[in-house]
Amino acid sequence: MSLSNRHLLGLHGVPKEDIQLILETARTFREVLERPIKKVPTLQGKTIVNLFYENSTRTRISFELAQKRLSADTINFSTSTSSAKKGETFKDTVRNIEAMKVDMIVVRHQSAGVPQYLTKISKANIINAGDGIHEHPTQGLLDMYSIREKFGRLEGLKVCIVGDVAHSRVALSNIFGLKTMGAEVSVCGPATMIPLGIESLGVKVYHRIDEAMAKNEVLNVLRIQLERDAGKRIPSLREYHKFFGITSDRIEKHNREIVILHPGPINRGVELSSEVADGPYQVILDQVTNGVAVRMAVLYLLGTMH
Amino acid sequence: MKIILKQVRLLNPEQKLDEKNDLLIEDGTIKKIGGLTETDFKSSQVLELENKICSPGFFDMHVHLREPGREDEETVETGSNAAAAGGFTGVACLPNTNPDIDSAEVVRFIKEKSKDHLVDVFPIAAATLGRKGEALSPMYELFEAGAVAFSDDGTVIKNAGILRNALEYSRNFGTPIIEHCEDESLSDGAMNEGYTSTLLGLAGIPNVAEDIIVMRDIMMAEFIGGKVHIAHISSKNSVELVRQAKKKGIKVTAEATPHHFTLTDESVKTYDTNYKMNPPLRTQEDVDAIRLGLKDGTIDCIASDHAPHAIEEKEMEFIFAPNGILGLETSVGLAITELVQKKILSLMQLVEKFAINPRKILNIHVPQIKVGEKANLSIIDPSMIWTVDVSKFKSKSKNSPFDQRLLTGKSIAVINNNKMFYEDKFVTI
Repeated sequence: MSLSNRHLLGLHGVPKEDIQLILETARTFREVLERPIKKVPTLQGKTIVNLFYENSTRTRISFELAQKRLSADTINFSTSTSSAKKGETFKDTVRNIEAMKVDMIVVRHQSAGVPQYLTKISKANIINAGDGIHEHPTQGLLDMYSIREKFGRLEGLKVCIVGDVAHSRVALSNIFGLKTMGAEVSVCGPATMIPLGIESLGVKVYHRIDEAMAKNEVLNVLRIQLERDAGKRIPSLREYHKFFGITSDRIEKHNREIVILHPGPINRGVELSSEVADGPYQVILDQVTNGVAVRMAVLYLLGTMH
Repeated sequence: MKIILKQVRLLNPEQKLDEKNDLLIEDGTIKKIGGLTETDFKSSQVLELENKICSPGFFDMHVHLREPGREDEETVETGSNAAAAGGFTGVACLPNTNPDIDSAEVVRFIKEKSKDHLVDVFPIAAATLGRKGEALSPMYELFEAGAVAFSDDGTVIKNAGILRNALEYSRNFGTPIIEHCEDESLSDGAMNEGYTSTLLGLAGIPNVAEDIIVMRDIMMAEFIGGKVHIAHISSKNSVELVRQAKKKGIKVTAEATPHHFTLTDESVKTYDTNYKMNPPLRTQEDVDAIRLGLKDGTIDCIASDHAPHAIEEKEMEFIFAPNGILGLETSVGLAITELVQKKILSLMQLVEKFAINPRKILNIHVPQIKVGEKANLSIIDPSMIWTVDVSKFKSKSKNSPFDQRLLTGKSIAVINNNKMFYEDKFVTI
């Protein structure tokens, strides 16, 4: 079995069989992570560059760990300044890295479309680790893995994505992936944070968190990203928490079976109350562990394709 | 030198002229229409033009020539060459150069640069100093130096009070204010806002960012009585606003670009920065509205918004790449392919949009096809099928999304200022 595309640019258009294969493969690697020796020789001799044009801690560490567990050689290239400001064009930077003979590039960038662009200027397998407010496919996959781990299925599950959907790459990847796998996807947030016409992606829109909680089995709660000007779209974090924050009270009142996901890092007291962040309904740290396994699966499947 | 345009279809809506005839040009002047003798034919260069059309020279009223300041991207000369190759005998160039065209010296500099060329270049000067929207530019002086209109293009005149003053002051000499309609508080994005921008994860620029300014400007034109020209109209509602304003007799005119009547925001799916422009490519509904606006006369003319950019600037991450594409060398082909072939415009209307209306808007003499008149002509083959090849462009830049596109309709020759551009060469006639 192998994937139908040699890159992972997003979950839009990725067939169900591919997603299933990644999730199944991840399950094998998840077991490896529980062993005393957590390393397999699968990608020995492969060189992977982590090209991070935007600050990232957890995604980069997760990828790096996944690469090391697979015995690949890894190189990190991190910069928070755009190539434009630095004087060297992005294309030149990539060509330089390419000239050093690398097999795979994991890329994060402020601009949507950069992973697609990379496929045109590089021969390496490209993995999108987040492009602007477009997609973050490995996050979408690890969210799906975590949900499936909890429920044993994705088909027919009611999942609501809560928060600044309009400015979230996690939201889009979740929507595309979950829809393909047959889940019923909805979004919830203040209208300023829901893109116009999102219904045409086949998702339901809630503007009241209480309703969203009562009618869904899973909430994937997004981080309110002040660094993405979230402050312009809501009057205050306090008001956001009051009307959209997930609290124990709300869980008790509306749905005691609900499962809470969060891509991290959490703003405690904003999108989640501390009680919920540490409470029994969330699977946030499982997501982090699963993230390594899912990334191992993606790297393995792409890195061993012929 | 004598040139004969043999059996060409002469078209000029201004003269209600539509006839097939022979035309003799001697020393750059139209000497005879019909009645050519054996001697005429023997002593002239004869262009066989069966099934071709000849009209007053085409004029592109929205061109960025980049000189002074970015001569690496385009110069007055290379831009004029591109215009001649594209079928134009005149262009108006926008003032967002470096320095801006906001002093008489820069107007004279551009006029000087273009004085020996086939293509007439008419500078459009900045409406405000440095296009900052704060203080009026020396408009009268600029007008005297040769500016034909005023615009802060690239940006809108944000302050309505300043717009009022610019519009009022321009009444002294009857020039239009050309507005780049964009409410910048609504337009912090990289493409049209809608389904496709959501899908692509790019921040959107909504139609309403344009509509609000179009409405403001129309109301101001109604109040002041000056002339407002809407540059590169792109949204459905804006077209309707202009249509209603014209019905009320308000002095507003509008232009549309070939890319806005040809492409939709779906093209951005490749993240090719040659599809990044401002205003952005809109939806099919908007494209249809622009086509209808051109057909019913709401939109007066076609202008390319020719915007050359260096390769290294355009080959950038989508959100960082500059806006704009080349237009001069594909404009006529796109208009014939998308509008004439699809029966939206007749060839006569095409001549109106390309040759007549832009000059009328800018108060420039419209050349006639009659004996004794200086020859200022475009000769077009409306059925030639050709493939766009960016590498053969006369323009110094290469940023066109239409490379390798198959088009119908191409310029064969242009004649103006005692010069002819024919078979890829300039010759003095």
